[in-house]
Amino acid sequence: MSSPIIELKHVYRSFKTGREIVPVLQDINISVNRLEFLCLVGESGCGKTTTGKIICGLLPTSQGIVEFEGADIASLRGDNQRRFRRSVQIIHQDPYASLNPTQTVSEMLSYPLIRHKLAPHRRGVLQRVRELLDLVDLTPVEDFIDKYPHQLSGGQRQRISIARALTTEPSVIVADESVSMVDVSIRIGLLQMMMDLRDRLDVTIVFITHDLALAKYFAWDGRIGVMYLGRLVEIGRTQQIIRDPQHPYTKVLLSAIPDPDPEKTRSKQHIQLRSEDIRRLTELPPGCSFHPRCPWYVDGVCDKEVPELSVPFQSEFDVEVACIPLERGAELALHDA
Amino acid sequence: MSQNLPPDVVLKVDDLSVVYRTDRGDVKATANVSFELRNGEALALIGESGSGKTTISLALIRKLPRNAVITSGQILYQRNQEVQDVLKLSNRQLREFRWNECAMVFQGAQNAFNPVLNIRKQFEDTAQAHGWTDKAAVRKRALSLLQLVRLDPERVYDAYPHELSGCMKQRTLLALGVLLSPQIVILDEPTTALDILTQRAIIDVLNDMQRQLDFSIIFISHDLSLAAELADHVATVYAGEIIELGGVNDIFYRSLHPYTHGLLTSVPTLDHAQDLLQSIPGSPPNLITPPEGCKFHPRCAFADDICRKENPALTDDVGAHLAACWHKDRLLESRKARA
Ligand SMILES: Nc1ncnc2c1ncn2[C@@H]1O[C@H](COP(=O)(O)OP(=O)(O)OP(=O)(O)O)[C@@H](O)[C@H]1O
Ligand SMILES: Nc1ncnc2c1ncn2[C@@H]1O[C@H](COP(=O)(O)OP(=O)(O)O)[C@@H](O)[C@H]1O
Ligand code: SF4
Ligand SMILES: [Mg+2]
Ligand SMILES: [Mg+2]
Repeated sequence: MSSPIIELKHVYRSFKTGREIVPVLQDINISVNRLEFLCLVGESGCGKTTTGKIICGLLPTSQGIVEFEGADIASLRGDNQRRFRRSVQIIHQDPYASLNPTQTVSEMLSYPLIRHKLAPHRRGVLQRVRELLDLVDLTPVEDFIDKYPHQLSGGQRQRISIARALTTEPSVIVADESVSMVDVSIRIGLLQMMMDLRDRLDVTIVFITHDLALAKYFAWDGRIGVMYLGRLVEIGRTQQIIRDPQHPYTKVLLSAIPDPDPEKTRSKQHIQLRSEDIRRLTELPPGCSFHPRCPWYVDGVCDKEVPELSVPFQSEFDVEVACIPLERGAELALHDA
Repeated sequence: MSQNLPPDVVLKVDDLSVVYRTDRGDVKATANVSFELRNGEALALIGESGSGKTTISLALIRKLPRNAVITSGQILYQRNQEVQDVLKLSNRQLREFRWNECAMVFQGAQNAFNPVLNIRKQFEDTAQAHGWTDKAAVRKRALSLLQLVRLDPERVYDAYPHELSGCMKQRTLLALGVLLSPQIVILDEPTTALDILTQRAIIDVLNDMQRQLDFSIIFISHDLSLAAELADHVATVYAGEIIELGGVNDIFYRSLHPYTHGLLTSVPTLDHAQDLLQSIPGSPPNLITPPEGCKFHPRCAFADDICRKENPALTDDVGAHLAACWHKDRLLESRKARA
């Protein structure tokens, strides 16, 4: 495998709110390989967006390092720092929040081109704006170039956000899908377009979503990382995780999600949680943070030690999980609910 | 009253239209909607954001915002073979209707509780407002309902809203919704914005409630999987109209409308095989100036001249499965060709 383009090493991040310190990310280790399909999934508040911002250097870590092409991004200066900033872009897929309502499409796309001196002169800028609109399938270009955000549909606004991220010719894009984006009929089109861009422009895309089925679709030939309360609990090949999830949280999650197929979804077996208790980040339980809910919890182990990501004992799978009983090769036994 | 309804029909909506008056023009949020709800049935209204699902349900209990006008239609409600026209109820009758007959749990309603009153007080106040003052009896019913939604009844009954998680609040609201034994419960996006394990808990609770209490449900969702799991009948809403209506299996396995079909082929699944998905081109229309003819025609692969000129009616060529499309046969043929 080629060297990773981005690497997070033992990354921690916390925020101060009032008198409390909220530990939002703990010991995150991820390598993003060049041109792989990588998807981070997890429920609202588990730290996906925070991880995305750290990957892009928009948010410093509290502890741990982020490397871009092997160099610690905190040590980058001058041209190298500018190159990193241009090379790694984030798209917040919230069509309502992220576009400036007072700028036309053409202004929005020209500005970064001029600021980063990415196009030689006015004609060059206009030429590039047209290319970008074409790349995101907003054609005929004339229909869009002078529009303001409010004159565009949600899907078209998202395409503009993507085009804007492409102005700096990035090698990595973090695409963060917000929960509010619910237009089923257009989201797949956007995702397909981004998958095409990867091939056409050699850009690596890290996709962030709370929807495991969407993650499966995007990263079918790649990897999924599952997050729970600020930690990565399982990461591995998508097809394997979907077929045979290893970590208890991933197992419960997959069993809980309804299917858009009446017969399948009504006959699905649901794994019962030990308790429904959901901890807040400020009162994390000791040991594995999933242990109060985990149906496979081992008394005296899971509530004592914090598991780290590792390959399960004697596993034939190419997957890492953070679960101590699995790491030691114990047979998981379900508790009675 | 002279109307007659079949004995098992609790609600019959006929040709309902609602517009919102705005500075930019009239938003035609509900257009000529008709459907029936039977005793004990769960009907799902599915459709994308902005398609008009919430508007339909607000009209049913006449809770529309001030700038809304009902421009046509009739809503008949039946209990014990007595039929009422909901659009003709007085304000007093309406208040009764909203809790005793047809309760609604709103979108994002976890914040609906008054934060300074404990749950007990909120149950008692609701009961009292409807003339039920025997607190011991209210308590007894409340505890049994809280049990039914799988909460620790005693603890929750004396708790304040902030002591409950989002999931617990949502379940408490469901219990409160059925306190006065309504015949119909309307749930607007009951699981949207809840985390997945919480969604599962709510779905299981709804299943239990439906099995054990005798009421009909109308639930609204953009999530097709929820309809697949809970609904007996499904109505697809597009641009303010019901464009397809049928049994849950009819809709999911034998859809007759290109839009429903398109929705179904654009949702990813958790099957072990790769999904071959295709999204619907274009985007939903603006409801101030919707397209002429079939409102779906600008996005439809089968559209031709008639689709551009005339709006097809919701009709039943195949049993009780209705669809509003000029070319149902084309979808059937293309499906056969692929099989
Ligand atoms: N600037 C901040 N200050 C304080 N807390 C923060 C800040 N940013 C994020 N958090 C907290 O960190 C946690 C993780 O937030 P994050 O936005 O990364 O979650 P997410 O997984 O992206 O969730 P969603 O799926 O809802 O987008 C949350 O509890 C959030 O409230
Ligand atoms: N109070 C209002 N005033 C004007 N337009 C409204 C109002 N409420 C909703 N709408 C519009 O009516 C249409 C249907 O909305 P809604 O019923 O909320 O759809 P859904 O519940 O399917 O998302 C949308 O175009 C929406 O923007
Ligand atoms: S009526 Fe015409 S445009 Fe409308 S869905 Fe049917 S084929 Fe498509
Ligand atoms: Mg986020
Ligand atoms: Mg709504």
